[in-house]
Formats: sequence, C-alpha cells, structure tokens
Amino acid sequence: MLKFTDDHEWLRIEGGVATVGITAHATEQLGDLVFVELPEAGTEFEAGDTAATLESVKAASDIYAPLAGEVIEVNQAIIDDPSIVNSDPMGQGWFFKLKLADPSVAEALMDEDAYKTMVG
Amino acid sequence: MTEAETLKTPLHALHLELGGRMVPFAGYDMPMQYPLGIMKEHLHTRARAGLFDVSHMGQVLLYPRSGDLAEAARALETLVPVDVLGLKEGRQRYALFTNDQGGILDDLMVANRGSHLFLVVNAACKKTDVSHLEDTIGAASDSPKVEVRVVVDRALLALQGPAAEAALATIIPTVADMRFMDVAILTSGFGELWVSRSGYSGEDGFEISVPHEAAVDMAKALLAHDAVAPIGLGARDSLRLEAGLCLYGSDLDNDTSPVEAALEWAIQKVRRAGGARAGGFPGAERILSELANGAERRRVGLLPEGRAPVRGRADLFSAEADKWPVGIVTSGAYGPSLAAPMAMGYVPGDLAAIGTRLFAEVRGKRLPVTVSAMPFVKANYKRT
Repeated sequence: MLKFTDDHEWLRIEGGVATVGITAHATEQLGDLVFVELPEAGTEFEAGDTAATLESVKAASDIYAPLAGEVIEVNQAIIDDPSIVNSDPMGQGWFFKLKLADPSVAEALMDEDAYKTMVG
Repeated sequence: MTEAETLKTPLHALHLELGGRMVPFAGYDMPMQYPLGIMKEHLHTRARAGLFDVSHMGQVLLYPRSGDLAEAARALETLVPVDVLGLKEGRQRYALFTNDQGGILDDLMVANRGSHLFLVVNAACKKTDVSHLEDTIGAASDSPKVEVRVVVDRALLALQGPAAEAALATIIPTVADMRFMDVAILTSGFGELWVSRSGYSGEDGFEISVPHEAAVDMAKALLAHDAVAPIGLGARDSLRLEAGLCLYGSDLDNDTSPVEAALEWAIQKVRRAGGARAGGFPGAERILSELANGAERRRVGLLPEGRAPVRGRADLFSAEADKWPVGIVTSGAYGPSLAAPMAMGYVPGDLAAIGTRLFAEVRGKRLPVTVSAMPFVKANYKRT
C-alpha cells in the first residue's frame, strides 16, 4: 500500500511497517541536499513529531513522523550520500522504517492519485 | 507586503521565462534559483560565468555643487571612514556609512567618475541611505555640498566567473583592459554602459549598469554565450560567503562597528589616528579607539568539523557543556566549492584566533567548529 501526506512524504506499508521518504516534488522544492539527520532506531514518535532534518545549500527543513510508531531501521546510505534522495527519492532515497502503532490509521492518508491532484 | 507593493526589476519577465523560482527580497520579486539549482549555479559561476540581476540595488550619483569633485569627496568623507579624496578617477573602492555610535548603516561601493561620484548601495538600505545623504550633505542639509541624484532608469547586472571577461568582451572588447576595481563609462550597442571590474562572488567579473530599455537584450546577449548561465540569489549568497564577504543585515548592522566586523582594511591610514584627515566621520571616537585597542568582539570565519551546516543565529559556546553562549553565527551555509559547511560569526576578541575550537548549538546539539581564515575559497580577482 502506497500512501502520501500533505507534507510530501510517501509511505510504503507492508505488514504494519511503513518505509518513509519524500516525494520527487518535495526534492525539487528543496534542491540539492547536502546533509541528512535521521532518528536513531528505537525512537518512538507520535504523528507530527520532528523525525528527521534535511539541509540544502541554503536552508534546513524538518521531516515529520507521518504516523505514530517506532523507528526500526534508518537508511545509512543517504547519511553517507544525501544526493541519493535527489536522484531516487521514491526508491534508494528512503529515510526510515516505522513500525506503526496502529496500521489502520494509514487508510486515511492520500493515495497516489489524490497526491498527484494535490501537487497539480 | 502585498503583491501590489512588490517591485519588479526590468529583468523580471526574463527571470520567469528562464524558470526562475521567485521570492520576495528587499521589496522585490527576485529569483532564488533557476532550474539548474543553487549547487550547480554556484559551481558554474566558479568554473565558467554566472549572470546575476542586481537591479534591486541602489545606484546613486553625487555631483559637487561647486563643480569641484574634491568638494563631493570631502563631503562624503564626513559619512564614511574611507579615503574618498585619494580615490583616483576611474577607480572604485569599498566603503561603509557609519552612525554616531560607530555602527554600520550600510556598506557600499564608491567610484570616482571624474565629474562626480557613483555609489552602489544595498537594496534594503537604499531609501535610508539617500535620506541620510540628503540630510547630511545634500539639499536637505544646512550647508549643501552635493546634488544627490538617484538613478531610476538603469538596471544592474553582475557577470562573475573566469569566463566573464571573454563573454563581456564580445560586446565591448575594451573591458579586457580593465583590472579589479576599475570603472569605465563605455558606449555599446546597448547604450551607455557603466562598467566596473568587481562583484561579490570572489571571482573576477564585472558589474554593468545598463539603461532599462536595453537590459533584457543585454542579458540575453550575455546568456547566449555557452559559458554564461543565469544565477539566483541562493548561489549569490553561498558564493559571497565562501569569499568571506559580509551581507548587510546578517553580518553587519547598526550595532556592529567596522573593527568588530574585521573591515579595518577598508579604513585607509589617512582617516586613522595620525593621518592627514583622521576621524571626521560618524562614530570616529569609538572606531579610532577600536583600531588602536582592538574591539571587544570580532567577526571570524568558522568551519564546522562535521557535515551538518551551522546556520545564522546559532549560538556559539566556548566549551561543549557551557550554559551561556559567548558568540553568535551570523551567516552559515554549505559551501559547494568548499564541499563542506562554512559560517561566519562574532566571538570575543580572546576567542578570535585562528584555530580556536568553539561549539555551535544546532537543534539542541553542540557541534564543534574551528575559527578559520577567510576567504574559505581562494579569491580570483584580476589585480594586474
């Protein structure tokens, strides 16, 4: 199941675990990323908590936890090379995996068609 | 500011045509970046040449009422701690308007054009600068020395980078003879151009004042060169920071003195204690005292040890666990040519030595930074 948030995050949900990243639209807005700060595995978030920080040449941007859950894995590859987020945002550029506190809540998020309509 | 009040430069439509991402800046709708993006725009400028629209900046002419340029130079010297009288015809130098407390009202360029002085001032300060000039040495002063003419019918372009000379020389070949900080009035197919060999990127290059009606054609003619790409405000900021240059409003302000800002190189000997025209500018008492005894705080370059950028307004601490900050970051970004984060900020004089290790607070963490020499990237001016 692929879902999207108003904050331009995507969630690929399998077996109650959401892999979270940002959309191509978001990376275009942010520009070339030079630094990524990810949460530690084991961190528990409520929906809307600041979960990660992205830095471009010019500015820092926060990434929010799209749903409540526990971080079970983070993508070390984008810490080592933030440009992966720009080149492959929906694939190799994922941020972290979140074990959802309540997977059923994800149903309420946007599907791909709704997200595409939102960004125009 | 409402949309109706937002100003547009003569190149506004061209920015949109080129895909510029527009942002409000100093009351103008200006391009932050083009589709190339800040990183590549920055690197392109250092490798080849970048074209910047700086038409939002203020262009001001000072004509001596007596017809004698020395009168205008002496009058301007009452407002800046700079040797204007000694500035030769066809030359430009950096200057600072100071206030009575020794703080900086604005930083600017002053050029001697024979019959008059030509000033380029910051966009956000231009209204107050002109009022300041009018009130102190112009028509609104007790003893008017100069006629202040604000230039309202000219755009200002900056062409920066190692290929700037070759690109501009296809329009006006004589620019190749100019060296760093030369100014010239040149006739071209785009009307009368006011050219200076200067800029704010740390690269060789030119600033070109061009009549409004010819600005778009001239910009297009420059962009037609393979080496020239349009560059937005985002890369302008990272370029100037790598070059160790100050941004008024971030690194300089009304409360910061030229010595605190490490800009004493802009105060020539003739205006210092013992000089033939020592003092005689606003805030002279404090500024001359700081030149002799040092300032309490100094602007320094800072290199973060890790990869996380340290941004403006981050507090600086002398030890990792200290409760109270000792200084503050005023500009910070990732340096695309440096390939690392960089910053500048203010610290107490005893912590300003190169190599001093400090800590910057970023998102609640104390990150080690080292006081470092500027520029961060070697300047490439054409001095000879």
